[in-house]
Amino acid sequence: MYHRENSPSMSIHEEATYSVNISSMPIFNNLVVYDQHKAQNSIDALTPELATEWSWSADKKALTFKLREGVKWHDGKPFTSADVKCTFDMLMGKSQNRFRKDPRKDWYFNVEDVTADNPMQATFHLKRPQPAVLAMLASGYTPIYPCHVTAAQMRTNPIGTGPFKFVELKQNESIKLTRDSDYWKKGLPYLDGIEYTIIPNRSTAILGFVAGKFDMTFPTEVSIPLMKDVKSQKPDAVCVLAQTNVATNLIMNRDAPPFNDENVRRALALALDRQAFLDTLFEGKSVIGGALLPPPNGVWGLPPAELKNVIGYGDVKKNREEARKLMEKAGYGPNKHLALKVSTRNLAVYRDPAVILIDQLKDIYIDGELDVVESGIWFAKIARKEYSVGLNLTGAGIDDPDQTFYENFGCGSERNYTNYCNKDLQQQFDAQSQETDPAKRKQLAWEIDKKLQEDVARPILYFSDQGTCWAPYVKNVTIMTNSSYNGFRYEDVWMDK
Amino acid sequence: MAAYLIRRFLLMLLTLFGISIVIFALLRIVPGNIADILFSSAGMINPADKAQIEKDLGLDQPIVVQYAQWIGGLVRGDLGYSYISEKPTLDEIAPRLPISAKLAGMALAFAVLFGIPLGVISAVRQNTPLDYVLRVVSLSGLSLPSFWLGLLILMVCVRYFGWIPIYTEPPKTWWNELLLFAIPAAAVGFRSSALMMRLTRSSMLEVLRQDYIRTARAKGASYAKVNFVHALRNAVLPIVTIVGIEAAFLVGGLIVTETVFNIPGVARFLVEAIRSRDYPIVQNLVMFIAVCVVSINFLIDMAYLALDPRIAYEK
Repeated sequence: MYHRENSPSMSIHEEATYSVNISSMPIFNNLVVYDQHKAQNSIDALTPELATEWSWSADKKALTFKLREGVKWHDGKPFTSADVKCTFDMLMGKSQNRFRKDPRKDWYFNVEDVTADNPMQATFHLKRPQPAVLAMLASGYTPIYPCHVTAAQMRTNPIGTGPFKFVELKQNESIKLTRDSDYWKKGLPYLDGIEYTIIPNRSTAILGFVAGKFDMTFPTEVSIPLMKDVKSQKPDAVCVLAQTNVATNLIMNRDAPPFNDENVRRALALALDRQAFLDTLFEGKSVIGGALLPPPNGVWGLPPAELKNVIGYGDVKKNREEARKLMEKAGYGPNKHLALKVSTRNLAVYRDPAVILIDQLKDIYIDGELDVVESGIWFAKIARKEYSVGLNLTGAGIDDPDQTFYENFGCGSERNYTNYCNKDLQQQFDAQSQETDPAKRKQLAWEIDKKLQEDVARPILYFSDQGTCWAPYVKNVTIMTNSSYNGFRYEDVWMDK
Repeated sequence: MAAYLIRRFLLMLLTLFGISIVIFALLRIVPGNIADILFSSAGMINPADKAQIEKDLGLDQPIVVQYAQWIGGLVRGDLGYSYISEKPTLDEIAPRLPISAKLAGMALAFAVLFGIPLGVISAVRQNTPLDYVLRVVSLSGLSLPSFWLGLLILMVCVRYFGWIPIYTEPPKTWWNELLLFAIPAAAVGFRSSALMMRLTRSSMLEVLRQDYIRTARAKGASYAKVNFVHALRNAVLPIVTIVGIEAAFLVGGLIVTETVFNIPGVARFLVEAIRSRDYPIVQNLVMFIAVCVVSINFLIDMAYLALDPRIAYEK
């Protein structure tokens, strides 16, 4: 298949982009993983990998994994519980072998320690019950790394236990993986190897797929109009549209005018016509939601009936009237417009909605100017608070409230770009996090989601649908519908040719 | 002559020194450094980890020290390590150079082989239908952006031949390589050939009106000899100048063409390296390109001597 960009490295743990998961996930295994052929990731869809079984202690504060025997790393060394401990010690910053970047350190804030009970058993000791830990361990973002290989080597020459061995990464050229004939799942993988040709130019890449140079497009990267083009030029291509659980959202600099004023923040939230974004950009497809992806693809999100009553989601005309009143209260009006820059990353998926946003803001006395920021320094600029309002995309590693709430809205989280912090709500995060009854937990998550929207913490515009196409002879590919990070093991994908 | 050569060589060194300062300074003036870029794929910035990366890469050192370290390394032949791939810079640049060199060479050859003869024909057939056609062709060459032309070529190939001339793996035979590079070379060379065609035409028109051309014709010299020996030789000086300039401009054209045709050459690599603030790659590669451009210009100055006996540098 083609790859959309030069992979920043091969180390999944150091990156937060699915560009890395897609090419690195086949190299590794997790303790448990989401069933690769169930499109919806959920706690009911976990399958064992390096762990053969797992159990919770009575107080739900210890999670014990029995490990698979006879598994070897690609360099021939045996896999043991020490590797599990090493991996999580590195993730929690407890190891001498440090990651250069550790974007998911916060995922494990509740893990007190990981112990290697014996060579074939490891236990996660939690500070308090947290059912979501299992979901996090099942993500494509949570492979087990070998103890005997440095973090630096894992970036350039990774060693795993997965179905494919790493061969080479040539910058701007290709990533090559080859079949591990000693893979612990006998008879797998079916493919002899996977080659990712790096083609950043999307037109070239799509034309290459149409011409038969590639068996598959880069997953969830084909827009709806492009998918139509592909189908018209290559009618036998199999194309699937899937929700990605990537939320297009607004970030506001709450520490500086004008968004230090609650009236202006609320006005902005009320000005949004979300359906117009979907109609213009996705031919009406994709979905409107709160902080969590809504059903049917999302497991935890607010359903449309609940969303209707949340601030900014109801009748657009009425909302905008209210927004104008709030703007007037903040000192703006028909004769005194607020001029501001709408910052966004220099990527089409960011720029296009930002342009629509600017148009919508005109209705509430805001004259927006597009401020396109070079993609590579986007997060640095946000971290330095060099923006007023920004249009951002946030992917959810797993469809689970813990990941979304703590990572994006938690006090002090590095990925909580706006520094929104509501101490009361943080307590509610903890309450839902330790709730072991899924139905009760969902209710708590809904309450939190509504409150986040009311606080205009980070207004969510939509969750986009994106396409993936493959040649008809490619079999057994499943595209996940509630996360873009977990479905790329490819161990039982095969080609009928 | 020897004094002139020494003077030119020293001037080249001075130019390269100036370029090295400009490259080094520009890279540090643009917002964001490599640590920012590295964190970009992590979707967050951890100030302590960022500071550690800057320390590891020596970016916490004073700017003058960083410059001295780079130049010192360059003199010793130590180009450092790529910040992104963590491989030696030379290992990253060396395999890509021949690819771009071949592409640039073929593009320049295309430009010269088509541009100059067609320019001569256009001039000697001034105001005929053939001249009009060639002028339209040359105008299109100057007007069509090479990325658009490249994409158009790809679309036509896919639509009508079900084949796409993009680079996905190293070609196995020289014939495959020629086929693979011919279309991108034509796409990137088309603009240069158009420029050369127009310049050759105007230069030739001026020369063809000279008395000595009329004399040559009156003496019964053949059509080809008058046009290609007497006229072209005298019209060629500005064309040689433009060949030199175009050779430098080709790097710009290659960036687009390498991107559209997915050719893993140095031009595309350079752009990616600039985006990633991969200082060792950018600094050393731009210096290499600067050396090439300065050398080409030097060779062109030398070519003037051979082409026009009236020019003498020893004065």
